[in-house]
Amino acid sequence: MKVLNDTRTAFARELGPELRRPAGLLFTMLLPFLLLALFAPLLSGMSPVGGNTGTGSSWQWFAPGVLVLLALSATAGAGASLLNEMSSGAFERMLVTPLNRAAMLVGRALKEVVILLAQAVLILVLLLPTSFRFRPLGALAGLGLLTVFGIGIGALSFTLALHSRKQQTLFYGVQQMIFFPLLLLSGVLLPITQASAPTWLHVLSRINPAAYVVEAERALFDGRFAETSVLYGGLAATAVAVLGVVAGIRGMRNASV
Amino acid sequence: MIHTRGLTRSFRAKGETVEAVRGLDLDIEAGSVVAFLGPNGAGKTTSLRMLTTLLPPTSGSAVVAGYDVLTDPSGVRHRIGYLGQGNSAGSNFRVSDELITQGRAYGLSRAGSRARAESLLAALELEGLAKRTVGTLSGGQRRRLDIALALVHEPELLFLDEPTTGLDPHSRATVWEHVLRLREELGTTIVFTTHYLEEADLWARRVMVVDHGRVIADDSPEKLKAGLAGDRIILGTADRADAGRAVELARALPTVHEVTADGTEVRVRTPHGDTQLPVLLRNLEAAGVRTLTARLTRPTLDDVFLGLTGRTLRESAGATTATATHDGA
Ligand SMILES: Nc1ncnc2c1ncn2[C@@H]1O[C@H](COP(=O)(O)OP(=O)(O)O)[C@@H](O)[C@H]1O
Ligand SMILES: [Mg+2]
Repeated sequence: MKVLNDTRTAFARELGPELRRPAGLLFTMLLPFLLLALFAPLLSGMSPVGGNTGTGSSWQWFAPGVLVLLALSATAGAGASLLNEMSSGAFERMLVTPLNRAAMLVGRALKEVVILLAQAVLILVLLLPTSFRFRPLGALAGLGLLTVFGIGIGALSFTLALHSRKQQTLFYGVQQMIFFPLLLLSGVLLPITQASAPTWLHVLSRINPAAYVVEAERALFDGRFAETSVLYGGLAATAVAVLGVVAGIRGMRNASV
Repeated sequence: MIHTRGLTRSFRAKGETVEAVRGLDLDIEAGSVVAFLGPNGAGKTTSLRMLTTLLPPTSGSAVVAGYDVLTDPSGVRHRIGYLGQGNSAGSNFRVSDELITQGRAYGLSRAGSRARAESLLAALELEGLAKRTVGTLSGGQRRRLDIALALVHEPELLFLDEPTTGLDPHSRATVWEHVLRLREELGTTIVFTTHYLEEADLWARRVMVVDHGRVIADDSPEKLKAGLAGDRIILGTADRADAGRAVELARALPTVHEVTADGTEVRVRTPHGDTQLPVLLRNLEAAGVRTLTARLTRPTLDDVFLGLTGRTLRESAGATTATATHDGA
């Protein structure tokens, strides 16, 4: 009960500034926007990409990946706000209150996910004029998977921030070092198949949870629920979420006595 | 209200070990107002952070408001308020929202938090700023908001880390006025740190002088000043010969610490200047020494610090102020 109340308190605090400045959610969307505007049109001129392209156009193949990219780029920076509060003293003030430590982490991660969902819906709206085919149930399931994955990445970002308090550059360094490989090895831009990629690169992409989430999103948005890629994507996202939340809560607990 | 035994904290930084706090033994009664006075780097913040559950001690124990900081930090947190050295309120948040969040964190209802926020804003002369973003406030307004955050749940024990550093005199007065009103109404115990001598002198009933992680003196400001420094009588005499005789007569007084002459000026250090001065003047007159001026100066806590360490607090503070940064670790 207290945990729930505290989670709501932490969540409401973080959401406040976003609600007063809704345009702020555009800032972390630059990369997805650029990809949709300047990269996606190239794909439609090419022959169908990838091994398992499903039923539709190249938009159908590309757009779900962009949502995963969005989840990565929007929530990976979440820890930066915490880092600021750690150096200003605001975080310390919260640590002296009896607020539940798990709630402090989960409340923050939930706020990241709410923003992420708003951004994802905005992208889906932008896709309306394209040949992207909307399947309501599939889209809903896709956003659900995105939520789980986003919580995980957000929580991992907070964890990294909590461990970087003595050296803030650590946060930005590690974040960039992880973000780009995760992105490039996820198959968002081009399919990474056994046929198209060197073996080592293919292997690397197979140990990247984001790659499974991308494949699952493609299937879900296409309405193909029964594929194994959905199962693997769901497992990968859940694993990231569990890992992130557990590590994040530990980090929060260790931030004070 | 606070009991510590051998409370110690060291940090490892760049291969070196800094002993920030060395064996702090504290017994602070409910209702007292205690100041930690010492130069930058003395270990004041580290002590407070251990007492407020923010930092685990390297060794030693602390029971705060009836709860052990290590085994029951949550018990401590419910009962204390803390004003950190940095900014407590986040810059991007709205003033009233931060106060309401704080109330909710301590388990107040939404309506209760809102009402409390309003009354605190009024008490700290921040009305009209409720809807402002914290980052747009002036330094003084921001510090008063930080104080309000620490007071939301009317804690029985309040820790204030340099509450008024950087504030203008008016804001300082407002802050202390409010903190002391709270003490009067609720009997709040107050522990604060400062490197402002006047502040410790004016508001604390008990001053702990700290230096290099140790408490080197612990008493009421009056007793510290009387015991360690004493009053100073400064006489202006007509010529050197008179000065010489004045020195002899001053030395003959029952309780004097030190008598020095500089040209025609004679300085006498004594714990009871107010009663000694008339006696000295009568003796000087009887001996025919021509005394032109006589002054009595009361000691400051800086004199106390000087007496204890051989440095003045202002010097020690000035030397390290530039490197005083806030570390969230
Ligand atoms: N997190 C930390 N890491 C390393 N050294 C620290 C840390 N916090 C404080 N210190 C050191 O401990 C000593 C006491 O610091 P502090 O308690 O902040 O002093 P004060 O509050 O009296 O100015 C200083 O030498 C400071 O550099
Ligand atoms: Mg300090």
